[in-house]
Amino acid sequence: MSGAFRLAGRGCIDTTRPVVFRFDGRMVRGYAGDTVASALLAEGRHLMGRSFKYHRPRGPVSAGSDEPNALIGVGEGGRYTPNLRATQVEIHDGMVAVSQNRAPSLRFDIGALNTLAAPLLPAGFYYKTFMWPRRFWDKVYEPLIRRAAGLGRAPTAPDPDHYALHYAHCDVLVVGGGPAGLAAALAAGQVGARVILCDENAEFGGSLLADTYSLIDGLACGEWVARIVAELERLPNVQLLTRCSAFHYGPHNMVALNQRLSDHLATPPADMPRERIWQVRACEVVLAAGALERALVFEGNDRPGIMLASAARAYLHRYGVACGRKAVVVTADDAAYRVALDLAEAGVKIAAIADLRPTPGGPLVEAARARGIEVLPATTIQRAHGHLRVTGAELAPVGADGTVGKGWRVSCDLVLMSGGFTPSLHLHSQARGALRFDDALGVYLPGESIERVRSAGSCRGVFALDDVLRDGVAAGLAAAGGEIGPAWTVMRQDAPGTGGFAGALPRRGPGHLALAFVDFQNDVTAKDVKLAVREGFRSIEHVKRYTTTGMATDQGKGSNVNALAIVSNVLGRRPEEIGLTTYRPPYTPVTFGAFAGHARGDQFDPLRLPPMDAWARAQGAVFEDVGPWRRARYFPRAGEDMAVAVARECRAVRAVAGIFDASTLGKIEVAGPDAAEFMNRFYVNAWTKLGVGKCRYGLVCRDSGFVYDDGVVGRIAADRFHVTTTTGGAAGVLNMMEDYLQTEWPDLDVWLTSITEQWAVIALQGPRARDILAPLVDGLDISAGAMPHMTLREGTIGGVPMRLFRVSFTGELGYEINVPSSQAQAVWDRVWEAGAAFGVTPYGTEAMHVLRAEKGYLIVGQETDGTMTPGDVGCSWAVSKVKPDFIGKRALALPALNAPDRLQMVGVLTEDPRLVLEEGMQLVPAADSPVPTSAEGHVTSSYFSPALDRSIAIAMVKGGRARMGTSLYAPSLDGSAVKVMLVDPVFYDPEGARLNG
Amino acid sequence: MLLIDCPYCGPRAEIEFAYGGEAHIARPAADVSEAEWSAFLYLRDNTKGVLAERWRHSHGCGRFFNALRDTRTDQFHAFYEIGMPRPDVRDAV
Repeated sequence: MSGAFRLAGRGCIDTTRPVVFRFDGRMVRGYAGDTVASALLAEGRHLMGRSFKYHRPRGPVSAGSDEPNALIGVGEGGRYTPNLRATQVEIHDGMVAVSQNRAPSLRFDIGALNTLAAPLLPAGFYYKTFMWPRRFWDKVYEPLIRRAAGLGRAPTAPDPDHYALHYAHCDVLVVGGGPAGLAAALAAGQVGARVILCDENAEFGGSLLADTYSLIDGLACGEWVARIVAELERLPNVQLLTRCSAFHYGPHNMVALNQRLSDHLATPPADMPRERIWQVRACEVVLAAGALERALVFEGNDRPGIMLASAARAYLHRYGVACGRKAVVVTADDAAYRVALDLAEAGVKIAAIADLRPTPGGPLVEAARARGIEVLPATTIQRAHGHLRVTGAELAPVGADGTVGKGWRVSCDLVLMSGGFTPSLHLHSQARGALRFDDALGVYLPGESIERVRSAGSCRGVFALDDVLRDGVAAGLAAAGGEIGPAWTVMRQDAPGTGGFAGALPRRGPGHLALAFVDFQNDVTAKDVKLAVREGFRSIEHVKRYTTTGMATDQGKGSNVNALAIVSNVLGRRPEEIGLTTYRPPYTPVTFGAFAGHARGDQFDPLRLPPMDAWARAQGAVFEDVGPWRRARYFPRAGEDMAVAVARECRAVRAVAGIFDASTLGKIEVAGPDAAEFMNRFYVNAWTKLGVGKCRYGLVCRDSGFVYDDGVVGRIAADRFHVTTTTGGAAGVLNMMEDYLQTEWPDLDVWLTSITEQWAVIALQGPRARDILAPLVDGLDISAGAMPHMTLREGTIGGVPMRLFRVSFTGELGYEINVPSSQAQAVWDRVWEAGAAFGVTPYGTEAMHVLRAEKGYLIVGQETDGTMTPGDVGCSWAVSKVKPDFIGKRALALPALNAPDRLQMVGVLTEDPRLVLEEGMQLVPAADSPVPTSAEGHVTSSYFSPALDRSIAIAMVKGGRARMGTSLYAPSLDGSAVKVMLVDPVFYDPEGARLNG
Repeated sequence: MLLIDCPYCGPRAEIEFAYGGEAHIARPAADVSEAEWSAFLYLRDNTKGVLAERWRHSHGCGRFFNALRDTRTDQFHAFYEIGMPRPDVRDAV
């Protein structure tokens, strides 16, 4: 047997399969089935970590997911995971684990000097210490806090593993595979319900795994568990999930589970996800979450070698490990006597059982006495001695009035504590279940919930094993709608304990300097909690935030009730008057990788590619993301930077022609007998008189009167409009159209169809556009007379169906050739070949922006920010004066939306024609405007214009249209300011001669 | 994640739906006073209790519909079509 504290013939570990792993660089030997904690304990080692604030040496307190102390880092490189509970991490060959929060080593840690400063670090010390001077914050306080705070360290390499997400539905979800959960799952499964049973541990059984006393149907507990699991496995309607923690209970019985799939394997299959999140929608949920033993709060209660009594029993029976040679048991509950008996039987010397109760009695107490164990009634523990390991306990008599007499020292290497058991209410509380305080048990129990959920077993205060099994069956049957379930005879069991203790143990003397921990993980002491109450905090929620008790990653599993009891005692109010803090998800920490699942890298957000994407890539285009779209930004030739390439593209469009993939434009077909009426109500423009084959610039407002979207609309037929929207606004406009059509105007006979993906758009813009296009359009007359600006024609281009719009976003003669996306590249190629002789040039989104800015065309979302009216952006002309109503009409008449000092769109020119302003620059009245000052406006678009050979900008300025010709200043961060002139925003061809050519 | 019972498609997970704000907010005619229009735009009850609200099955049938949901518990009490009157559901949890 490896490990001096390993006991032959005990535990569920597989001693035929030795496992070797590393902890802090040292080889540790254990067996298959061990956790890191059990393997280290088998070597007699309790010291496994350092605490959060004081860097106190710490060892495991528990044997499960409630462990606050023994947090370790596991794995290497991208697989390193911090803050795992050593009590749950299963070992495998080659595993590398490290302790945390220590420098340079676990045994000698510089940060432990914080303990000496403990009197200076009381509750709320952040708020008190780091308030002033203000200038200290950035340079002194924050770096200090950042260095000191946090447990573990984040991995620095990308996570090489993948994580899965699974949706599941079931009739009954059973959380917890202890006796109650097994009974519930079997009862529900046997009546045919689809059942999912999950347990956070590697195997089912819960408390039964550490119970060698009870007998069920003549079977030892482990045999009974194996039999029930085998029965469950035979039921095809039951799914069993181990290593699977239910960490979140959401509305409508959606419970999230986190299943750990590969971390316990030395060589997991390459395609196996590391973890899987299950989102389970359950008709009914049975919570069989069990109960957690409470720690006792006394001076030095955090020393390694001090643990929960039930944990020592688990290490003994599950892992065959004796946690020490000589134990002192301090208890207020009978259950610890069973632990003492088991340990004594295994050869551990029980120095004494100190019982806080004045007259402990009953069969367990008698059995302990009969075995010769010294039972000390009315005895408390004053403090624990030792540093890296407990070396002794100071026991003292406690009187009926709570006064503590003079104590004496008992040497030991193990202190086991039991304050009784706290039902685990986390998931019930997350399910918005009420809690009620039970006077007899002295704990909170689950009350009513609005969800379809019920608790069974010790998580609702049912502790005797036979009662637990019956409770589980009843819950399973109730959840599944069954009537007859399995029954078992418990032939031997311990009676449930009576008593229990919560709060800080009574002390002799003032104990000002005592470090008696309530919340081990956040290093919150009883003194901190008392101080918070003295300083005026009354609500338990405020005490929690001020002291941080219960706010660590263990979510107060072991500490909440003790903190509550201390507050209750100081205030002299009953616990139920104080209440419990809200339990929040996750029940246990879940890795970010599991939450991300497959949504990482290329899978994070789907990429939309316009039809000519491959062509653009072949041309060497540089791309930019525009919402979900990847669009060609510019097409650099050898040696060109962006400025040079964009300038060349712009000049080509103005001199010859440019070709541009505009397919990302949102497109909606509005069709039906009432299409024109719908358009009249939806847009600010008038549509009734727009002839078939004509186009119009359309502007959409919200009912608040603010511009929402814009785009050219063509009338295909009397009852059919081809609407375009901005690239980013497509989905929103369609949703808004559906909203008004379905909910405000159900009288209208109209269909709305998104056609964005169906029609690709090839924009051909420039003075030679017609010459290039005319031979391609299969006989369609597109001459200036036959097809003027703002018209559309249906036809074919090389046999491909086409909706041809004569529109322009560049100010040049231009067309937007709409063809089915599937044939867009072929059409593009034809236009490209035909244009080659003319020198047609592909251009990207950057040139598109420059060209439109030269013409003063606004871009919704760039010039506008959701608070601009059509008038603000110079589009009052588009707003119908005669329509009785349209979206935004009433609001546009509000005085505030017509105030003369509203931000208005203007052009801006710098004195230095080479200087390009920064977009977003504020505009102020004077070069030396005092700071802070209120801005007169801001720059929304700014470019170098090749056509004007100078910089241009568009700005929104208060009352801007009346200020043309005046100056403002654009201050820079360096304190300088640039003088700018306000001008008309149409910089190029204001008469529109080129557009209409 | 809520379970939402679309009147046209049946129960579906919340991710298929888009929230549409409070229901039964009548859009006034364009000749109402400024105060009435501003109230229509901006004033909502912020109900603690049973709220009539709009949902759209945006990744399903695309239809808008109304629901009664208790904002304290997220429990739904009714799903009904646009244009139907608000069902009579007591403000009980």
